[in-house]
Amino acid sequence: MHIVVCVKQVPDTTEVRIDRERGTLVREGVPSVLNPLDAHAVEAAVRLRERAGGRVSALSMGPPQAEASVREALARGADRGLLLTDRRFAGADTWSTSYTLACAVRRMGDVELVVCGKQAIDGDTAQVGPGIAAHLGWPQVTFARRALSVEEGRLCTERMTDHGDETVRCPLPAVLTVLKDLNVPRLPSLVSQMRARRCAIETWGADELEGDPAEYGLDGSPTRVVRVFTPPPRGECVFLEGGPEEAAAELAELLRERHLA
Amino acid sequence: MTLHIDHDVCIMCSRCVEECPYGALTEEGERLRVNELCTLCGACVEVCPVNAIEVVEEPRDATEPADHSGVWVYGEVERGALHPVVFELLGIGADLAEARDGALEVVAAGSGLDALARELSGYPVEAVHLVEHPALVEYRDGAYAAALAHLVRRRRPEILLAGATARGRSLMPRLAVLCRTGLTADCTGLKIDPQTGHLLQTRPAFGGNVMATIVTRRHRPQMATVRARVMTPPPAGEGPPPRLHRWSVPEAAVADPTEVARRAPGQEERLNIAEADVLVAGGRGLGGPEGFDLLQELADALGGEVAASRAAVDAGWIPYSRQVGQTGRTVQPDLYVAVGISGAVQHRAGMQSSGTVVAVNSDPEAPIFQVADYGIMGDYRQVVPALISELRKGAGDE
Ligand SMILES: Cc1cc2nc3c(=O)[nH]c(=O)nc-3n(C[C@H](O)[C@H](O)[C@H](O)COP(=O)(O)OP(=O)(O)OC[C@H]3O[C@@H](n4cnc5c(N)ncnc54)[C@H](O)[C@@H]3O)c2cc1C
Ligand SMILES: Nc1ncnc2c1ncn2[C@@H]1O[C@H](COP(=O)(O)O)[C@@H](O)[C@H]1O
Repeated sequence: MHIVVCVKQVPDTTEVRIDRERGTLVREGVPSVLNPLDAHAVEAAVRLRERAGGRVSALSMGPPQAEASVREALARGADRGLLLTDRRFAGADTWSTSYTLACAVRRMGDVELVVCGKQAIDGDTAQVGPGIAAHLGWPQVTFARRALSVEEGRLCTERMTDHGDETVRCPLPAVLTVLKDLNVPRLPSLVSQMRARRCAIETWGADELEGDPAEYGLDGSPTRVVRVFTPPPRGECVFLEGGPEEAAAELAELLRERHLA
Repeated sequence: MTLHIDHDVCIMCSRCVEECPYGALTEEGERLRVNELCTLCGACVEVCPVNAIEVVEEPRDATEPADHSGVWVYGEVERGALHPVVFELLGIGADLAEARDGALEVVAAGSGLDALARELSGYPVEAVHLVEHPALVEYRDGAYAAALAHLVRRRRPEILLAGATARGRSLMPRLAVLCRTGLTADCTGLKIDPQTGHLLQTRPAFGGNVMATIVTRRHRPQMATVRARVMTPPPAGEGPPPRLHRWSVPEAAVADPTEVARRAPGQEERLNIAEADVLVAGGRGLGGPEGFDLLQELADALGGEVAASRAAVDAGWIPYSRQVGQTGRTVQPDLYVAVGISGAVQHRAGMQSSGTVVAVNSDPEAPIFQVADYGIMGDYRQVVPALISELRKGAGDE
């Protein structure tokens, strides 16, 4: 079975700082990391391969430096790395990103399963996985949280809903998105890190994909960001003093005044 | 892109009419016609023996936004009832419809949805569009997205809103691709730009550190999922149920090979923290799982639920379904009590739009105090029991 796992390089949001005066993100010096949920996606793909055989390709779209995240996926057990990089892909929203990734999957020809993280921590949209499924016309299973398996060409897992979990089964090819509960990603061993460092990573640009060039990047994106600003700050915190009893009594009173207790 | 038929070449063999999964091709007199149900899937192109059909590139955005009107709200139904977020969307939906001089309508897919229109009596909804089909009995992303896409193509709403529930965030991205339009996830603010008439969709990004306003310029409908508990539901008035329109979809369009077997929800999964009015959240500062027993008591005294930071979840003290934050749930209760939580940005991202925030922490420098309205500096082992007994005292007085 050929599994593609989609991995995204994201700025480490723990390190993101805001320039309060200009209301913009300070990105300088912010390290880039593999999207944390994508490590769970890689682990899921690798475990399926370990049981069912086949191979895992790590796929990313991004600037040339996104290669680092593809390498990390290799160190975590993927067999092959592929980076879609081209200036024409820049500025893509989730529609266009999922289109471009879907073109790459189609181009590979023999893919039976695409695995994505539930969402990326920079945009938090969770839209790319279902978008890929829609572009390919494949069924989708989102928010897998435990008991993932492939048996007799069918994917089976328990997925999260707002009303408890449900068990789903679906034939391949399909697109899967995973939650972090699904597994604990193993740490890359020294050997696998060395292998990942030596491994050649293929790169494809717009000319290698057989998609519609008008659908790539900013031009292919239906949405535009028109404004970015910092959320208005909350008022100052009022500290309740005088030891636990007194503070608790005052808080209970305040909550009652606000009809919260 | 459009479907181009070369009528001089076409031999009217009907193969494409039979093959089309969407019922988009018809024979009218001596001519083959393509209607608005066409998704450009190309099935017809492949079966045509004489190559009379072609998918041709065209200048983009061929659909003029002017062709679309009205605001639709997706009526998410679970266990026979509308999700509370649907009512919240009716308030903002009515405002947007008024600003655009259009109608507010609800769209739902499923089976046996007769009660839906009655549930919407007294709300400012002009019509309910129902797609019913046996394939839609059990909720499945593929089938529902196809059914809704079918209706969007026929009725052309200008705006389509859905709750940013687990379902909304799985269904809408698929639907947006089928409709070839933009989707903005998890919005907290929506309004019409008076100059352009576009929907200004505002949402948090980078873990809530910044807000971004997003516009779908030329594609329609403009689609957004909206966080629960941000918008206020309009008061329910008196009135007849809205008009009901029933729509059918071709069998082939809603075919979805996924099978769903529901499980009875386990005890801990039954209550969704995203919907609680009061949350008492604990972090690593509790020092162990038994700390949550105390927080449960406080939650009971306040009529709320227990939630947690990631550190507490990672320590195995409480299940992931209770995690608040960037990689957990976004919550917006009226009251959020954070106990032994430092307030890392990823945690704040999930709770900073709560109504009133109270923080209990032994470290006066903890960042949680930056987003708190009231702070108590001290050991929770003393503060929380004192608070519980104060609250119980008050309850006894009433
Ligand atoms: C990509 C990414 C995503 C993340 N997503 C999330 C997320 O969704 N949700 C989330 O919560 N975190 C998330 N985190 C983790 C986050 O960065 C913090 O590590 C986490 O929130 C810390 O949890 P905490 O506040 O419980 O623990 P700590 O930071 O260890 O804080 C414990 C607090 O308890 C106080 N304390 C100790 N003893 C007592 C006492 N007896 N009484 C009162 N106070 C006491 C301490 O002063 C301290 O402030 C994420 C991190 C990353 C990198
Ligand atoms: N540029 C990208 N390259 C590869 N995979 C991506 C990219 N963007 C998103 N993904 C995948 O889609 C998932 C959801 O991302 P998002 O929709 O941006 O929240 C991520 O966890 C990745 O698996």
